[in-house]
Amino acid sequence: VADTTLTRELTQNPLKKIWVPSSTNGLPERHISQRKVCMTNCPTLIVTVGLPARGKTYISKKLTRYLNWIDVPTKEFNVGQYRRECVKIYKSFEFFRPDNEEGLKIRKQCALAALNDVRQFLTDEGGQVAVFDATNTTRERRETILRFAEQNGFKVFFVESVCEDPDVIAENIVQVKLGCPDYTHCNTEDAVADFMKRIKCYENSYQPLDEELDRDLSFIKIIDVGRRYLVNRVQDHIQSRIVYYLMNIHITPRSIYLCRHGESDLNIKGRIGGDSGLSARGKEFAKALGQFIQSQNIRDLKVWTSQMKRTIQTAEALGVPYEQWKALNEIDAGVCEELMYEEIQQKYPLEFALRDQDKYRYRYPKGESYEDLVQRLEPVIMELERQENVLVICHQAVMRCLLAYFLDKTAEELPYLKCALHTVLKLTPMAYGCKVESVCLNVDAVNTHRDRPSVRFTNTHPLSMSVSLVLVKQASPPVIA
Amino acid sequence: LLKILSGQCPHLANPPTVIVMVGLPARGKTYISRKLTRYLNWIGIPTKVFNVGEYRREAVKHYSSYDFFKSDNEDAVKIRQQCALAALRDVKNYLTEEEGQVAVFDATNTTRERRDMILDHNILKIIFFIESVCDDPNVIACNILEVKVSCPDYQDCNKTDAMEDFKKRIECYRMNYQPLDPDQYDKNFSFIKVIDVGRRFLVNRIQDHIQSRIVYYLMNIHVQPRSIYLCRHGESQHNLQGRLGGDSGLSTRGRKFTEALAKFVEEQNLKDLKVWTSQMRRSIQTAEALNVPYEQWKALNEIDAGVCEEMTYEEVRERFPEEFALRDQDKYYYRYPSGESYQDLVQRVEPVIMELERQENVLVICHQAVMRCLLAYFLDKSADEMPYLKCPLHTVLKLTPVAYGCKVESISLNVDAVNTHRDRPEEVKRGPTTLIRRNSVTPLTSPEPNKKPRIEGLDDAILREVTPAQLTLCSASHTTLALSTQVSHSYCLYICVISSLHNP
Repeated sequence: VADTTLTRELTQNPLKKIWVPSSTNGLPERHISQRKVCMTNCPTLIVTVGLPARGKTYISKKLTRYLNWIDVPTKEFNVGQYRRECVKIYKSFEFFRPDNEEGLKIRKQCALAALNDVRQFLTDEGGQVAVFDATNTTRERRETILRFAEQNGFKVFFVESVCEDPDVIAENIVQVKLGCPDYTHCNTEDAVADFMKRIKCYENSYQPLDEELDRDLSFIKIIDVGRRYLVNRVQDHIQSRIVYYLMNIHITPRSIYLCRHGESDLNIKGRIGGDSGLSARGKEFAKALGQFIQSQNIRDLKVWTSQMKRTIQTAEALGVPYEQWKALNEIDAGVCEELMYEEIQQKYPLEFALRDQDKYRYRYPKGESYEDLVQRLEPVIMELERQENVLVICHQAVMRCLLAYFLDKTAEELPYLKCALHTVLKLTPMAYGCKVESVCLNVDAVNTHRDRPSVRFTNTHPLSMSVSLVLVKQASPPVIA
Repeated sequence: LLKILSGQCPHLANPPTVIVMVGLPARGKTYISRKLTRYLNWIGIPTKVFNVGEYRREAVKHYSSYDFFKSDNEDAVKIRQQCALAALRDVKNYLTEEEGQVAVFDATNTTRERRDMILDHNILKIIFFIESVCDDPNVIACNILEVKVSCPDYQDCNKTDAMEDFKKRIECYRMNYQPLDPDQYDKNFSFIKVIDVGRRFLVNRIQDHIQSRIVYYLMNIHVQPRSIYLCRHGESQHNLQGRLGGDSGLSTRGRKFTEALAKFVEEQNLKDLKVWTSQMRRSIQTAEALNVPYEQWKALNEIDAGVCEEMTYEEVRERFPEEFALRDQDKYYYRYPSGESYQDLVQRVEPVIMELERQENVLVICHQAVMRCLLAYFLDKSADEMPYLKCPLHTVLKLTPVAYGCKVESISLNVDAVNTHRDRPEEVKRGPTTLIRRNSVTPLTSPEPNKKPRIEGLDDAILREVTPAQLTLCSASHTTLALSTQVSHSYCLYICVISSLHNP
């Protein structure tokens, strides 16, 4: 039965396989949107609050990384950095004394400069969330920020970190303050002494967020590194997600091990996807992995796999309990499942070209995109944050997504991260980031990596059906790494 | 074929959790208990509510007045304590013998003495307190009207008298109320204090994943009146041909439905209706006709039938007879080769449920299997029932939260369509027992509350299951207003071996 009398015809965007009303009949396209984390047009300003060395920058950076990964354009603005630009050489804590008028003036200017950049990011540069990272310990300063936000139509969410445990504070100072530019010319003792005096400068004027006085503000108060939380007036979905994230992260030292399944039969044939078992070399790798894990002597290691045979076979060789997650399954290549790249190029030349154009957003017909993968993997990331030592045995595209989260890689870089077979990546959180150690277990395997093509298309409009195809010459048969 | 689990620690190696409600009467403890239980069961965590008030109603057949709750009424105090102990015994039984994972102990628990007693009775369990604190007289009055005035205690009273009595009842508790103290006495316990119906939360010492999920859930739910409309896309080309899945467009009748839907939505005259669709053409086409903004969710896509996509059921039966048989054997757990199961769907759709909880008026235009999953959540249906819920084409289900449950109105928009529903086959032989993956998600209907006969002494209580009235779920042929309560109690044991899906 012919289907001709719709008000708006739908066409499928060839890259993302999303049905959109075609713009040809003149009706506006503003009607539809894809489900995203941030569904409002109202940008959010996150404001940290707390004495120095309470983890504000740690939280800012981590939260920013998470939000960007789930596709919420976020940026942090650290006022300390503005101050370092302004006052080239840091002399001592005296700069922060509450009676140092010159110092106060400069610090206020820096805050305003940062707010100005916030405005630009959220209004002109398409930013969705800005994290304003500073002590913001006085009500007066917070009032200034609230007025600024109101003028610009931003929602405000405060994240306060309160901690009086001297061990935690000392540890923070050692981990991130001693190495900071302010103290490059100091020895450890002097640096610590100076920093403690710096904290003192803020203490007298510190007005923490108050349940009563600040009852109309939206905020989360994090007490003693997550032992307790006070959450007030969560306004919307993004704030709810932020609160959930902050309540799941911790700072207990631990390591996350990421690796792929052992080499599979389909890997050897150069075919993508499918659900094949391990090759002989893949089985060797599984054994080597078992030995590696033993040698690492890891306390309470959790092992996670996908629900595909090759990862489960790999875990089986370890002889320890493991959990299967369907969410860790490899990207679904839809109609291209079990094909070789040459076959895809032959059967679906347009698809092949589109994928190289925008590998992150490209969705296989009846399959998934990297963008879909990230959404699928978010609960895995959330649980990884809660856990301590974990080994995740997964797949190439999945591992790229997880790695991009831990190493703060963009959507552009993500699909081209190198995740070789038979190599384990050991990630250890450190200071504000993540230390990576790559351990190759010395079992040969094919190389399944395809670099970003060097030849790009000139006509890059994703909806254009008349893209001239410049077929990128495929590399010769899989190279044994 | 169902995948076999190997080398896994049983999920039940995790110690069970006892959730202890705390708060004055009419603070929403039972509302929270039941809603949370429904959610946890739906995501596959066997959970049950133990409401001490119900034990008291069994023990003291006739409620006379608030005098019963006076703290100097020694006989009553004794009875109330016995009821609490009986409930705690049942909690223990549920968590050990019946393999429950979470028990919700729903009572005021407003004194330290009572809470200490609970802790003493649950040494090896994980305890999580949920306290509801509210002093807004409007909220409290509203609660009393919604759920107290009509409760069995007041069946012979008029509303005003009931309200007055209940307020005095609250006063009896208020004098001895010792709220959770995060700074001193209770600082080492795990708890969440819900203040002013979710305006503010105090969260202390979350220990594990389940508590983290519970907190997230509690922070997303609200009590604003609203309605959720669920419907499928209009009849599609594939529907006409009896084909599964695919991504076809609407048939002529399907398009007629979209016009009728647009009219229906207008007539509902809703403030700020959100419209959600899947990313499949047929549901988007349906939304297009409404001429309002809508959001596409990939998570709402129909169940992936894998290798069976776009086949008719006859073709499936011919080409994959074993698969066909397996599916009828256990439709909830059955996963299409290279496709999905209902169990997978529940996991996929959970973020949609979470967002539905946050939202107010929403129309969800989705697909048969997806709609069954969502419906099972709202109407507390088990994994066993879910794949057979009736969700016909061209019918809108309007769900409105009311009291402790959900009112359902089924509105057929009077546009003919094929019937895509397949009933549970009669002569299905339950196959050999199957092993279940860990991280499996098996919705359970919240179990019936235990009702106890009159309690003479502590050791006399006999467990007796009470079967409630069966609720009719709307079907295509008639429009009904049904109040959802807990219906069946088919426990699905979700670890290692399923021995039987029949009631004991």
